Amino acid sequence: MNAMPPLQKQRKLSLKERYAHLTRDLGWETTYQPMDKVFPYVAYEGIKIHDWDAWEDPFRLTMDAYWKYQAEKERKLYAVIESFAQNNGHLNITDARYVNALKLFLTGVSPLEYSAHRGYAHVGRHFVGAGPRIACQMQAIDELRHAQTQIHTMSHYNKFFDGLHDARHMHDRVWYLSVPKSFFEDACTAGPFEFLTAISFSFEYVLTNLLFVPFMSGAAYNGDMATVTFGFSAQSDEARHMTLGLEIIKFMLEQDEGNVPIVQRWIDKWFWRGYRLLSLVSMMMDYMLPKRIMSWAESWEMYFEQAGDALFEDLSRYGIRKPKYHEVAAKEKHRLSHEVWSIFYNYTQAAAFHTWLPSEEEMTWLSAKYPDTFDKYYRPRFKAWSEMAAEGKRFYNQTLPQLCTTCQIPMGFTEPDDPTTICFRSAEYKGERYHFCSDGCKDIFCHEPEKYVQSWLPVHQIYMGNCGGAEVKDVLAWYHLNFGVDNFDYEGSPDQKLWDEWQAQKAANPV
Amino acid sequence: MTVSAIGRYEFKARDRLENFHGNQVVYFHWEEHLLYCAGLALPLPPAMPFRTVLTDILPGCYGLHPEWPQVDWSRVTWMLDSRPFKPVMDASLAANHIGHKSLLRFWTPGLHGIGGIATC
Repeated sequence: MNAMPPLQKQRKLSLKERYAHLTRDLGWETTYQPMDKVFPYVAYEGIKIHDWDAWEDPFRLTMDAYWKYQAEKERKLYAVIESFAQNNGHLNITDARYVNALKLFLTGVSPLEYSAHRGYAHVGRHFVGAGPRIACQMQAIDELRHAQTQIHTMSHYNKFFDGLHDARHMHDRVWYLSVPKSFFEDACTAGPFEFLTAISFSFEYVLTNLLFVPFMSGAAYNGDMATVTFGFSAQSDEARHMTLGLEIIKFMLEQDEGNVPIVQRWIDKWFWRGYRLLSLVSMMMDYMLPKRIMSWAESWEMYFEQAGDALFEDLSRYGIRKPKYHEVAAKEKHRLSHEVWSIFYNYTQAAAFHTWLPSEEEMTWLSAKYPDTFDKYYRPRFKAWSEMAAEGKRFYNQTLPQLCTTCQIPMGFTEPDDPTTICFRSAEYKGERYHFCSDGCKDIFCHEPEKYVQSWLPVHQIYMGNCGGAEVKDVLAWYHLNFGVDNFDYEGSPDQKLWDEWQAQKAANPV
Repeated sequence: MTVSAIGRYEFKARDRLENFHGNQVVYFHWEEHLLYCAGLALPLPPAMPFRTVLTDILPGCYGLHPEWPQVDWSRVTWMLDSRPFKPVMDASLAANHIGHKSLLRFWTPGLHGIGGIATC
C-alpha cells in the first residue's frame, strides 16, 4: 500500500494576507471581455480614476472576521429584544405619543436601509477597484441587517399600537413617505460615484449624526431599551460607513483635478437633499419625544455647524468649499421644526401617525430653546388651534398641498429672511411650470430637469386618479391605513385610550 | 444642463395637462395666514369662471379661518406666477391666462392673520 504523504500543516495566514487575498487577488484585468464592458458605469459620470490601487482600506475587514463580529452583535441584540418583549417593555416608555416617532422611523427610515442595501450591492459590483468593491459589498450586507433588525425590534410595538402594520407598502404610497423614497431613488439612479457621494459622504458622513443620535438618544430618554440596543448594534457599522464616505471623497479628489467641480456639485446637491429630508427629524426632536434630548437648533449647531466646519476646513486643501446654501439652513434652524409640525398638524387626517398640540410645559421648553421665534410666531398659532379644538373643531386643512418638485415636501418653508412668507420658487422647462420650496431645490432641478420632470408627486397622482379614489377615505385605503385608527389627532385615538387604560391599571395595582 | 446617462435620457413630464382628465392644477396661497401651512393645489376646469373659484371653491379651502368671512374680494391684490395680476371676474381661468400649474398668491388688505400675526 502506498502510504499517504504526511499532510503539510499549512501556516495560518495573517489577517493582512487574508485581506489581500479577498481584495487585490480577486481583482484582475479581464481578457475575455474588455474592462469597459465589464464595468460599464464607471466612466460616464466624468470622474477620472488613474490608479484604483491608491484606494486606502482603513478597516481591512475579512469576511470571517465580519461574520464573527456581526453574529456576536446579533446575539446580544436578540437577547435584549426577547427580554423586552417578555417584560412588556412597551409599558415602560414615557408616553404612548413616543411610539409615533417609531412609526415615522419604521415607515420612513427602515425601508431606506433596504434601499441602501440594494444601492451598495449594485455599486459594489460596478467599481473597478477591489478596495471600494469589498467595502460596498460589506456595507450592502450591513444595510440589509439594519433593515431586518429594525423591523424585528419595532415589531413588538405593532402588537399594541396602530400604524405599524404595513411599513413597506406605505413607504411606496403615502404622501409624506415619497420624501425619503424619492431621495433614495434619486441616489440609486445616479452613477456609482454620485451614489457614494450622496449616501456615503453627504448622508452617512456629514448628516447621519442628525438622524441616528436623535432617534437613539430619544429612545434612551423615553425608556425604549429595544431601540437603543438596535442603535448600539448598528453603531460600529456606522463608523465603517462614515469612513467609506470620507475615503471615496478623498480618493476622487486626489485622483484627478477635473473631479473637483463634479464632486463639489454633488456635495452641494446632496447636502441640500439630505438637509430637507432631515426636516422630518427636526419635528421628531422638538415635538414628538415626550422627553426631549436637545432641540433641533442645538443639534444642527453641534453636528453640522461645528463638526462640518472642521470637515470642510480639512477638504479645502482640495479646493472643496462648504455646501451651497448651508447659510440658509442656519437661518432656518429656528423655525424648521415648527413649520414641519404645522404641516403634519394640518394633514394628520391623512397620516399614519398622530399629531397633537404641545402641552403648556412643552411650550415653555420650546420658548426657552427658540427665544427669538417661538413666542412670536408659533405659540399664537397653537393657541388658535387649541381654541378651535376646545370647541370640538380640531383644525384640519381640507385641501391637498402644493408640493416641491424636488424634495416633494409641501410648500410650507418660508423665505430665508422672513419666517412669515412662504418661499415660492419656480422654473420653466419645455413649456411646463415647476415649483420649488427653496433655491436649493430649484438649483437641483435646473441642473438635471429631465430627472425631476418624472417626480411622482403624491398630490398630483391623487388628482390624476391613480391613488384609489377621490375621497380621503379611498386614498387611505389604498395606502393600507386604517381610517379613524391610524390617522387623526392623538387626542381621542385608540392608542391614547389603550395607554390611559394601562396607566389606570398601573395606578390601581401599585407594585 | 443634461443628465449624465449611459444612453438616451428623455421623458415626458409626468404631470402634464393631459393626465388630469380635463382639469388643470392651480395653486393658491392666502398670504399672511399660515394657519394654512402651505400653498394649496386644486384641480379645476380651465373653463371655470374666475368668480366661481372665489364663490364656490376657496370657501371650502379657507373657510375655517376666523378672518375668512371678512375677505373683501374687491380689495384683494393678486400675483399670478410672480407677476402682479388683475383678474377679470367673469372670464374663465384660461381667459385670465391662468394655466396648468399656475400659482396665485393673494393678499387681503386689513387682514394679516389672527391678532395681526402672519403665521396664524
